[in-house]
Amino acid sequence: MVTPREQWQQAFDASPTRDADFHTMSGVPLAPVYGPAEGEHPGVYPFTRGPYASMYRSKLWTMRMFAGFGTADDTNRRFKEIIRSGGDGLSTAFDMPTLLGLDSDDEMSLGEVGRCGVAIDTLADMEDLYAGIDLGAITTSMTINSPAAPILAMFVAQAEKAGTPRARLGGTLQNDILKEYQAQKEFVFPPRQSMRLVRDTIRFTAAEMPRWHSISISGYHIREAGSTAAEELAFTLANGFAYVELAMAAGLPIDTFAPRLSFFFNAHIDFFEEIAKYRAARRIWARWLRERYGAVAERSLQLRFHTQTAGVSLTAQQPEVNIVRTAIEALAGVLGGTQSLHTNSMDEAMALPTEASARLALRTQQVIAYETNVAHVADPLGGSWFVESLTDEMERQAEEIFAHLEELGGGSLLEGCIKGIEDNWFQGRIADSAFELERKMNRGERIVVGVNRFTDGNDSVGMDLLEITNADEQRQLQRLGAVRADRSQAGVDAVLARLATEAADPEVNLMPCLVDAANAYVSLGEIMRTLGGVFGRYVEVPVI
Amino acid sequence: MAGERILVGKVGLDGHDRGVKVVARILRDAGYEVIYTGLFQTPATIASAALDEDVDLVGLSMLSGAHLTLAPLVVQELRARGCTAPVVVGGIIPEPHKARLLAAGVAAVLTPGAPADEVERVIREVLDAAR
Repeated sequence: MVTPREQWQQAFDASPTRDADFHTMSGVPLAPVYGPAEGEHPGVYPFTRGPYASMYRSKLWTMRMFAGFGTADDTNRRFKEIIRSGGDGLSTAFDMPTLLGLDSDDEMSLGEVGRCGVAIDTLADMEDLYAGIDLGAITTSMTINSPAAPILAMFVAQAEKAGTPRARLGGTLQNDILKEYQAQKEFVFPPRQSMRLVRDTIRFTAAEMPRWHSISISGYHIREAGSTAAEELAFTLANGFAYVELAMAAGLPIDTFAPRLSFFFNAHIDFFEEIAKYRAARRIWARWLRERYGAVAERSLQLRFHTQTAGVSLTAQQPEVNIVRTAIEALAGVLGGTQSLHTNSMDEAMALPTEASARLALRTQQVIAYETNVAHVADPLGGSWFVESLTDEMERQAEEIFAHLEELGGGSLLEGCIKGIEDNWFQGRIADSAFELERKMNRGERIVVGVNRFTDGNDSVGMDLLEITNADEQRQLQRLGAVRADRSQAGVDAVLARLATEAADPEVNLMPCLVDAANAYVSLGEIMRTLGGVFGRYVEVPVI
Repeated sequence: MAGERILVGKVGLDGHDRGVKVVARILRDAGYEVIYTGLFQTPATIASAALDEDVDLVGLSMLSGAHLTLAPLVVQELRARGCTAPVVVGGIIPEPHKARLLAAGVAAVLTPGAPADEVERVIREVLDAAR
């Protein structure tokens, strides 16, 4: 019988090692991992201790800073600054109209254009956004959900126009629609119709984009909306199981798409609970994929995730303290074995970050990566009685939630997740947990520095904040007008008519038509309105 | 405060509804009648809901940066319909923007981290001042 240690050793020996000195500051040599030969090991099923045997010995996590504001030109300049500062992955934030599939000149877009992210109306904006950036050499993440399919189509169209074939594009589409209904609330179509678009993107990327992650199954927003750590873990993995069931029902063999699913978790301020959450997530995913869904390929079983520090933990009071919070949260992500990380900037409780504060947030990661030596040893907290016990507890709470959803869905997690949305079950639990945390803060049971304790210094002078003016909105409106005037209206009408026909047939994959629409400079709003005419719109019945 | 009615709403495209729901519960627990509009309202739908529900105060939750455009429009729509209910804005509001919101007719501004007792106190003061 091969021990986990021997399995690990074999995988480790086959992995490259990055150029670094794996000793403590005082010269003590460090092993790549510690623990008994029969115990869990990184890179070995069930992957509790990490997806890869060598973890950060081969490659540090990707320092992926999320950015986007104003017009595509503005964001392109910020992207280039991130690359110059040593960031090695791009992460695109879209503005609210884009997230909801509206054009910048839609009357609902008033005041929102370019505020929370970059405004993308047509292929022309996508061309500006990535101009001069080699998309075959850097990976790109796009935080977009309801309109994920048409945005992916625009991304592919612009890359191919710039000379990079789709097969070479590496990156991630968030494309996690279930958590929109549960938490983030940027939904457009009803859940089942949205899931058809998700299925189409999974099929398309599985067939044509081998380096692309089709979905980033996201707990981040669930946590930001107020859930507990265990709820974040459980809702996210349950959504993951739902996407697996969706793709399997569409006839895709599990090992053709599961390796391209990735995850996105929050790093909140409760340090050890966060680390336990990541460890439990890897173990649960591996076991469910193998035992329930029959996955065999190792990459199907290895849960890989991006982490972002908790925006909701930031305070407007004494904002410099946010640097400290973010550093601690980032460390939890690293000790939990994240594959990529975004660190929030200190000014984000008040505005989008300035370039200087975003650079400082990146520097925080660089201190952790290059000064602290914490990346030398995989899963350094594995074997701690406390962390192992907390990992088991996270897993136990998550399994309880899976059992509830499975019952709700009559044995199907896909149905359970959709039913849980339609019944407001997820939304209600998240709101209850958010309110409970608020009550603890108000009773002083949970201390937040500068908010309910240690408030001296709260009146100090404010810092410089990023201003986004209505001039950006005006520039974007002019740009969209110019594109509309310049394109062939007959071509636009033809491709939209085809899109409506194809949308009405649930068996058709809409992605090829969406790529054609992008190339015809059809706007995102025009595409989404056409789809909405077939799919209908989702209206939430709110609960308080 | 018995019978005092508060409309809390989300105007524009901002889907962040954690804060608005927590504030709605805080105010409900404090004894107000609270009506939540749900997401994606326009200044006009907020104003007509405020009139229909005959509310004493309108609370807007704004975290997407559109406050300088949308909050003054809500005030205008309310006043144009003869509704005098004061408007309170809560959310991600940079300090320099507070004065501009107040100048546009907003009665008070609350920012992230405002504890429940501060929310209750500010709402009480605004309601008392509006009498």
